[in-house]
Amino acid sequence: MLDDLRELYQEVILDHGKSPRNFRDVEDATAHAHGANPLCGDQLVVYLKLDDGKRIEDVSFVGKGCAISVASASMMTELVKGRTVDEAKAMFERFHEMCTGEDNGDDSTLLEDDLEKLNVLSGVRAFPVRVKCATLPWHTLNAAIDGKDEATTEA
Amino acid sequence: MSDTAQAMPTANDTAYDVLSYRSDFPILSEQIYDKPLIFLDNAASAQKPQQVIDAVRYVYEHEYANVHRGVHYMSEKATEAYEGARVKVQRFINAAHDHEVIFTRNATEAVNMVAGTYGRRFLEPGDEIIISVMEHHANIVPWQMLRDEKGLVLKAVPVTDDGEFLLEDFKKLLTPRTKLVAITHTSNVLGTITPVAEIARLAHDAGAKVLFDGSQAAVHSVVDVQAIDCDFYVFTGHKLYGPSGVGVLYGKEELLNAMPPYLGGGEMISTVTLAESTWAELPNKFEAGTPMIAQAIGLGAAIDYVSAIGMDRIAAHEQDVLGYATQKLTSIPGLKIFGTAPSKAAVISFSMENIHPHDIATIIDRAGVACRAGHHCAQPLMDRMGVPAMTRASFGLYNTRADADALVEALEFTQEFLG
Repeated sequence: MLDDLRELYQEVILDHGKSPRNFRDVEDATAHAHGANPLCGDQLVVYLKLDDGKRIEDVSFVGKGCAISVASASMMTELVKGRTVDEAKAMFERFHEMCTGEDNGDDSTLLEDDLEKLNVLSGVRAFPVRVKCATLPWHTLNAAIDGKDEATTEA
Repeated sequence: MSDTAQAMPTANDTAYDVLSYRSDFPILSEQIYDKPLIFLDNAASAQKPQQVIDAVRYVYEHEYANVHRGVHYMSEKATEAYEGARVKVQRFINAAHDHEVIFTRNATEAVNMVAGTYGRRFLEPGDEIIISVMEHHANIVPWQMLRDEKGLVLKAVPVTDDGEFLLEDFKKLLTPRTKLVAITHTSNVLGTITPVAEIARLAHDAGAKVLFDGSQAAVHSVVDVQAIDCDFYVFTGHKLYGPSGVGVLYGKEELLNAMPPYLGGGEMISTVTLAESTWAELPNKFEAGTPMIAQAIGLGAAIDYVSAIGMDRIAAHEQDVLGYATQKLTSIPGLKIFGTAPSKAAVISFSMENIHPHDIATIIDRAGVACRAGHHCAQPLMDRMGVPAMTRASFGLYNTRADADALVEALEFTQEFLG
């Protein structure tokens, strides 16, 4: 029991959950999206500032959620800042695979350091009902990149 | 002398043999993560005693056919059992007639039925419906849909910080335009028991009809629809230790007769020509198509089961566990209980400082404790209480003080674990 729980609630997750990074809005955001998990009522807004070359100059989030979703959002902002939107999308795709156990093991698109961070969050795969907590911020980021206002875990 | 006399058990006051009742529920012997299951999610759905499981199995093995149709033996047996279940429900809620009991899919469908028939036929633009802020979505959304369709006004009675129904505010919301009052009998989140008889009297004085959502009340207390004098009463079978897929709409005979049917089809007609149809008598008018035969019979078995124990004794036992659990939980630092009305059922919703309900539910689950976390289909109430979600422990007839101890221990572990 404890092994699974410790795998999910690793120190780094607890740290991000308690002290989320980039937990603010971006005043000159070029895009933002609202994410909601209708099952639990968790909500967040992801703000995005893209430069002319479609690179993520700044990214942040505000909202309420469990330790997993807040940590995931916080780590996500750290991971995608400075990357192009295509890189961010590739990262999301890979992360989604890791969380849902459809991992194809293809790490060619990711830096080792990124992979390690995503791995920390993927302990959620042992808790199927919690996968959406971890992926909601990423769905929301994706929506913001695509110019959509809303994202839900039910999509 | 008097002390001794009081201690002597009477016929109606024999010890509540919770261990014996527990042994009636096979699932309670399951181990999860190598730990005994501590099931505290009864307000979402309760477990089933062997008697109910056997009753459903018996139908399919010995007396199954479609009801109200065949002249053959099996159809007669099935019809007898199905209609027998209706009479059991009638007695359980003390309805005046068995045909005032309509079997539905669940409580949600029962509310929708009233909105879609009574509401559509008898409410006019500008008419008002009153609900409360502590309603389950099932008693909010159908009225919002009806409001939007008919141009009605929907008002909500507030609650105090303790979760008490504000009767004085309710009185102020009543106007000559109030046509329907739809209120929960017992909150699925706060456990608050509302003053239903008083609400019904005030609603009737204002010329309005009244519906009570008894999904929780029918499980935790004795319900008497005639004493309450409500026009409609709804509840669901699966929370009452019966099968899922069956619920009940009680309606006063004259109202059900005046209402148009909900669904059209077989079983609900008297005659059908290609030009037109006439409706069957109650209750068939509202039971179009083949009904939930085995589930209704299973609900009858569940009612037999709780009635044999006694709803009053179940309520007393649950109150004991509720009081004990409340006291224990209160001793946990940073834990806040939502819903502390003097009159409340065995439901405890709470929050813990700096720990999200979903994290609580995940961690205590690994200790074998099943609780619900989330908005409990009552988002307006979450807004009222200023939280996005809560953790809820809800107790049933088989829960014990030891279950409350296990919950408290698991919560203390959660605090330690997330430190």
